[in-house]
Amino acid sequence: MDERAPFSLRPTRQLRRRKVVNRVMELLMVTAALLAVAALVLVILAVVSRGYKAISWEFFTQPPATGFFDSGGGIANAIVGTIVIVACATVFALPLGILIAIYTHEFAPARIRRFVSFALDLLNGMPSIVIGIFVYGLIVLAHGQSAVAGGVALAILMLPLVARATQEVLALVPSSLREASFALGVSRWRTVVGVILPLSLGGILTGTTLAIARAAGETAPLLFTCALTTSQVSWDPREALQSIPLTIFQDLEDPDPALHEQAWAAALVLMAFVLAVSVLSKVALARSRRKLSR
Amino acid sequence: MSAPAAPTPGRIVVLGRRRAGDRIGDGALYGVTAAAAVTAVLIVGLIAYELVKQAWPAVEEFGLGFVTSRAWDPVKLDFGALDFIYGTAYTSFLAVLIAGPLAIGIALFLSEIAPRGVRGVIGTLVELLAAIPSVVIGLWGIFVLGPFVDDHLGPFLQRTLGFLPFFKGAPQLTGYLPAVIVLTIMILPITASVARELFLSVPDDVEEAALALGATRWEMIRGVVLPHTKGGLVAAVMLGLGRAVGEAIAVTQVIGDTLGIHISLFENGDTLASRIASQYQGAPDELHIASLVYLGLVLLVFSLATNIAAQLIVRRFEFQRIGAD
Repeated sequence: MDERAPFSLRPTRQLRRRKVVNRVMELLMVTAALLAVAALVLVILAVVSRGYKAISWEFFTQPPATGFFDSGGGIANAIVGTIVIVACATVFALPLGILIAIYTHEFAPARIRRFVSFALDLLNGMPSIVIGIFVYGLIVLAHGQSAVAGGVALAILMLPLVARATQEVLALVPSSLREASFALGVSRWRTVVGVILPLSLGGILTGTTLAIARAAGETAPLLFTCALTTSQVSWDPREALQSIPLTIFQDLEDPDPALHEQAWAAALVLMAFVLAVSVLSKVALARSRRKLSR
Repeated sequence: MSAPAAPTPGRIVVLGRRRAGDRIGDGALYGVTAAAAVTAVLIVGLIAYELVKQAWPAVEEFGLGFVTSRAWDPVKLDFGALDFIYGTAYTSFLAVLIAGPLAIGIALFLSEIAPRGVRGVIGTLVELLAAIPSVVIGLWGIFVLGPFVDDHLGPFLQRTLGFLPFFKGAPQLTGYLPAVIVLTIMILPITASVARELFLSVPDDVEEAALALGATRWEMIRGVVLPHTKGGLVAAVMLGLGRAVGEAIAVTQVIGDTLGIHISLFENGDTLASRIASQYQGAPDELHIASLVYLGLVLLVFSLATNIAAQLIVRRFEFQRIGAD
């Protein structure tokens, strides 16, 4: 229309089409993000609305009722068991993970560092049920099921997470500090133990709590290592102890609806713990990262 | 007040002793940490060795024919893996097919178009989805998703797309369809978070150059961001595939635990990981157990293959990026 103004600012038909395409694609991306959030909300809502009814003081403090017609009671044995198993796993995974990270960060030549990281990545991608079979052959065949065996299985799951988190924090320690330490004539091991580790400890521990949150919810590795359990509350790591994920799994196999209710309540406890720990340690991790990189 | 005195002989001795202590300390730190690193590598090797060892009776009995045999008969002690390989491949492939584009969409939203405040909140929520334990997802799958598929989604798909072989037969509480949905939910966060890292690694100046040339945001994404991250996206999707293949607990609760090779998503089936999880405790016979471990061995090979491929792609991609900078 406007022949005398070739540089009109009015959108041409093509520009309008491009803008519509852009809008549509942006809308699709927003939809994808909302779908993921919707999935999270749906799961949380279902667990909360079906689980809260069975939650009571007794639920946390009583073992399950053992009578034949009697399916009430709590999950105290599973709560204690999960604490013991995860504590075992942390005791194994935390020192090993930190040492691996120190090795790759301080000593390893580039090629070996890549190789170790590769092994950790493979370990991280390993199906958890395969790790269960591994520990079954390694420990359970000879010594029977126990919380320690379950802890070893979970520790293998946690190891790459702890090592990775530690590597990331170590990399954030300002190189000026270690150079200052070296310039003062301090040896390498004293620099690591006295300067680098104290600075990064906060970050390492929050990374570890994230790994704990993941391990606490795992079922598959415990099926082979710590599943033949009793309803007694026990703190002995040499016994096979019940755990919360396994309680849910086994309650589901049972046709008794009272046990299904117990499963929902146990799921609520587990999910609340895992989500709370995840959120808190992510916040703490972001903070310690900011503090270190300042 | 004087300049530092020249070192006395005694001082030198002290210094010498400290140096010896430091040498030992450095050596010890090196030794302990290197041993830890070797342990990590050893564990990977030991896992493979231990699985082969436990599966050996079945390997001897059935050989490689195990993977193409459809038998699973604990009474006649005749076992094969084909049905489970099919179930694993079918459900994982479909889950990746759905989760891949969704995850890329989420990652693009988080890295390219979301305002800063929204970005943090939605990003955290998507990560929290990854934190929900699989047994809880399975519980939800069997009591909430199952009935929904049976009552609403299944009949709806049948009405609208019933002419396709994927939606033949009657919807049920369990089957491939709920398994695919559960797997999609479980691999979505990991794929999205890797993809997001990739998109954030695209240099800002290239993106801004495209926008300055008059590209719309989507044209900038299509012309700059996606080509820049192509290889990495393949790796992100393969990591998701690895997760889907290895997931046992949530799948075993919703897939129906039955033998069979079906196209229809309404049918029941089983996967490698799910069969191991559901039968390990009840298996009385050595050959039965060994066959289950053989399934685990197939699973291990599958997951190692996808993981190694993904890692190699990621690594090559990282080098390209470092080289380009």
